[in-house]
Amino acid sequence: MKKVLIGLMLVISMVFISCGGSGKGNTIKVGWFGALTGDQAVWGENELNTVKMLFEEYNAAGGIDVGGKKYKLEVIGYDNKGDAQEAVNVTKRLTGQDKVVAILGPNASGNAIPIAPILEQAKVPDIATVATNPKVTVLDGKVKPYNFRVCFIDPYQGAVAAGYAYDRLGARKAAILYDVSDDYSQGLREFFKLNFEKKGGTIVADESFNGGDVDFRPQLSKIKATNPDIIFMPYFFKEVALSANQARDLGIKQVLMGGDGWPSDQLISMGGKAVEGCYFVNHLDYADPAVQDYKTRYKAKYGKETELNGYLVHDAVLVLVAGLQKAGKVNGEALAKALEGIEVQGITGKINISPETHNPEGKDAAIEKIVNGQYVFQERYAAQ
Amino acid sequence: MDWSYIQGILMLAGINLIAVLGLSLLTGFTGLFSFGHAGFMAIGAYIGALMTASPNSTPAGLGLPFFVGIIAGGAAAGIVGYLIGRITLNLKGDYFCIATLGFGEAIRLILNNVQTFGGSRGWPGIPYKSTLPTIIIVDVLAVIFLANIVHSRHGRNMVAVREEELAAQVTGINVFKSKMTALVISAVYAGIAGVFFAHYMTFIQPKMFSMNKSTELTIIVIFGGLGSISGSVLGALVLTALPELLRTFDIWRLVFYGAAVILIMISRPRGLMGGMELTPAGIRKVKAERKARQAAKASLMALNEPEEGAGLGEGKGA
Repeated sequence: MKKVLIGLMLVISMVFISCGGSGKGNTIKVGWFGALTGDQAVWGENELNTVKMLFEEYNAAGGIDVGGKKYKLEVIGYDNKGDAQEAVNVTKRLTGQDKVVAILGPNASGNAIPIAPILEQAKVPDIATVATNPKVTVLDGKVKPYNFRVCFIDPYQGAVAAGYAYDRLGARKAAILYDVSDDYSQGLREFFKLNFEKKGGTIVADESFNGGDVDFRPQLSKIKATNPDIIFMPYFFKEVALSANQARDLGIKQVLMGGDGWPSDQLISMGGKAVEGCYFVNHLDYADPAVQDYKTRYKAKYGKETELNGYLVHDAVLVLVAGLQKAGKVNGEALAKALEGIEVQGITGKINISPETHNPEGKDAAIEKIVNGQYVFQERYAAQ
Repeated sequence: MDWSYIQGILMLAGINLIAVLGLSLLTGFTGLFSFGHAGFMAIGAYIGALMTASPNSTPAGLGLPFFVGIIAGGAAAGIVGYLIGRITLNLKGDYFCIATLGFGEAIRLILNNVQTFGGSRGWPGIPYKSTLPTIIIVDVLAVIFLANIVHSRHGRNMVAVREEELAAQVTGINVFKSKMTALVISAVYAGIAGVFFAHYMTFIQPKMFSMNKSTELTIIVIFGGLGSISGSVLGALVLTALPELLRTFDIWRLVFYGAAVILIMISRPRGLMGGMELTPAGIRKVKAERKARQAAKASLMALNEPEEGAGLGEGKGA
């Protein structure tokens, strides 16, 4: 037993020793956190890889110019398992111990919301990637001074989906199936419902399931009985594929529609014919010439396709670099000020961070259709 | 290491400790395993948030002071604990365990579906009220209160129930009442822990109170040692800090975490402090026991010595 205890002490002391900082004068330390383990690890790994790749490219080009001095960029990435409590721990570590100037990520709203008080205390801005809950940056009508993001928000995405379904697809009766245990799904469902009814449509069925469920037939049978024009499925690709297959088995022929939880290679391989001819709202058009360069660079470096998160963290990095250059000094407080009202041409569109909301204003959503197992871009669609 | 980071971990350990102490009374001293204590934490967290959140926020709160939140959160969890106890405490062993598991999941599902408290999108904007000194004070009070219960007649009844329920009943102990007292007190502890958790995170989501959280609490109690208050304290500190200490191992840290827990459980099968206490009296007791064991061994050896070979087997067994 003593040996074990001594071993444990050694491990712990090693951990403490290895915690020494790398205090070089001309390096800018940037934090990143997200899920590197757990069921969202695919996206987390994709984000961190993208940040590493971009920072290497900047450094290879001699670093970035801030206030007339060249700096190298260094990323410190931590895993939080997609857990809110760990998000708080990690943010304390990044701001307190690693003394980063800014944090990129996380992708989940539930992780981006609780870190706000810590950011404010440490005066370190955070640029979230796909955290679409409005409360990430604005709470009770007040903007949070250190929280920013590069993606559109749930009310907007819900309005786009509802508007497109009503105006372009001519749907008048919509059914919704959503994941009641997931914050993203509940948010998107709420804003789809609101906007679809505002347009004059009716929600004929509003069914829910619990995260982890694999059988959706009871809900789908109810939906089938109401004979809707369209079925809205605001959740992630795995459940989308399962529920789409079951819907087709039950003889449901209607068009399915979803949000930015859909795009993934997995959707096509698991969903196959079931998701053929369906629509979803995306942050960007994969065929857009602007994104091809990044896509090929990522594929060349890591040997696999990038996920949706990679595009957004790519733009978060662009916003961060532009912010540092505008601030003219390496300081979190100055950076937060500089980020307000900044304008950057990203690969997912023009990013214009509003000082009132800290969201990228006027960023159009892309509508994609699945045709022959390919995502086919339909149009840039802005909600009215 | 930076103080704000360490402070954060200490606060989390302190919050976990409140819940673990309560669970220690139920599992460690009364012998009832629960996998639903995150449910009581959730009740505490949501009722606490309802008391203290500003009336102008969404979801709206009542804007009352923090201590009202603590009392209300603890009381609400206690009441629910009582109601659940009425239904489930007649269940034996594993069946009670399954019932608590169901309870914990039910609370989470209800909170997901009830939109008044934000549903699964959570409740942001809870005031930041949990400070390290308050948490330490509550921890100390919780330990003192628990130690007093354990050493009271009620506590001894609980231990009797744990050791042999039927025998306890035969000697005239009201088994149901002892179990109920333990469950209600542990629910109140978990509720108070939930209030502190909500006011530390400033944001709560039903997801945070999943079965993982319940299991984590139970693991801490077993890891610290069943039937030991100081074991629970040590367990809460070690197991809350360990994942953070292992951060340098990157994505391997969870593997190391698991390995560390297994290693310790193998080397100390009864947990860090199983059945022992880190108090002067507890240390004296352990020393006295060790001395008695050595004396017994010595006398056995002395007995075996004259007739070598014949008594060897017994000697080895000792």
